[in-house]
Amino acid sequence: MSSKHLPLWEVFIRSRRGLDHKHIGSLHAADPEQALQAARDTYTRRQEGVSIWVVRSSDIHASQFEDEAAFFDPAADKIYRHPTFYDVPEELKL
Amino acid sequence: MNAAHYEYVRRLGDNALVLGQRLSEWCGHSPFLEEDIAMANTALDLIGRARMLYTHAAALEGRGRDEDALAYGRDEREFGNFLMCELPKGDYAFTLVRQYLLDVYHHRLFTALTTSRDETLAAIAAKAVKEAAYHLRRSGDWVVRLGDGTDESRDRCQAALDELWGYTDELFAGDAVDAAMAEAGIGVAPASLAEGWRAEVEALFDRAQLALPRDDWQASGGRAGLHTEHMGRLLAELQFVPRAYPGARW
Repeated sequence: MSSKHLPLWEVFIRSRRGLDHKHIGSLHAADPEQALQAARDTYTRRQEGVSIWVVRSSDIHASQFEDEAAFFDPAADKIYRHPTFYDVPEELKL
Repeated sequence: MNAAHYEYVRRLGDNALVLGQRLSEWCGHSPFLEEDIAMANTALDLIGRARMLYTHAAALEGRGRDEDALAYGRDEREFGNFLMCELPKGDYAFTLVRQYLLDVYHHRLFTALTTSRDETLAAIAAKAVKEAAYHLRRSGDWVVRLGDGTDESRDRCQAALDELWGYTDELFAGDAVDAAMAEAGIGVAPASLAEGWRAEVEALFDRAQLALPRDDWQASGGRAGLHTEHMGRLLAELQFVPRAYPGARW
């Protein structure tokens, strides 16, 4: 078995109508049609989905591990960004 | 009428079982992982189709046999599948060209059978036609890819088509069983599928840049139980365990 010549695709499945597509895995395929078919056969065999997206992995731009401190650490002490930080007036509570 | 009805439904099951067995031989051996899963899925669809058809056929027969008895308890001469289904799997081009030729056929056949007067058969056909539509999309896609691909893939595809073409007449020949079932509104006269089938495959082979072979030889006999030399070996592998260990369970 070899797939060294086929590009990698990321697969997103919508499990039920009304829900978001969720990343579920990746696979190799020559083009979008083949990627959709392979995704159908690989990831929806047990009724996992009603809709499939496939995206070339090379089209996904990811944050890097070394970005972690600059990207995410500054949010750690800003608890006022969470809705639970604020006292809600009694009248608004259900 | 009942004998013909049984024969008609069981032969549909024979095609599904024998082709499914051939496809299952790719499991673990397909060119790459995604294809391996897809091919095994198709094989399982066909074996599932065989199970439904055999269960229905066994009930029509009324001799107390079940799906397993029909799959494992009959010998070569009692199988009525098309010869094309039993041919060895060959290379990937051969497997996919055969699959395509039969997918077009089965998609059209089961579409027609959804209006059968046999309600069970119509229900089986309604399920099978959805699976066949997907099989057809996949195999047709592959035939175009390989035919319109590299020199090697086109050569292999053309060689497969040349070898298989002589087995296509059998799909439309029909016999007394088919005629009786078509007459009764239960089955479909195979000849009625020929024109649409031919137009559809010609259009795809044109896209795939494959040349239609000449109609210079035709093999038949499968439906009457006269099989190629490959059938016995296929059945030996398929039936070995239940024959060696009757009633075995795990």
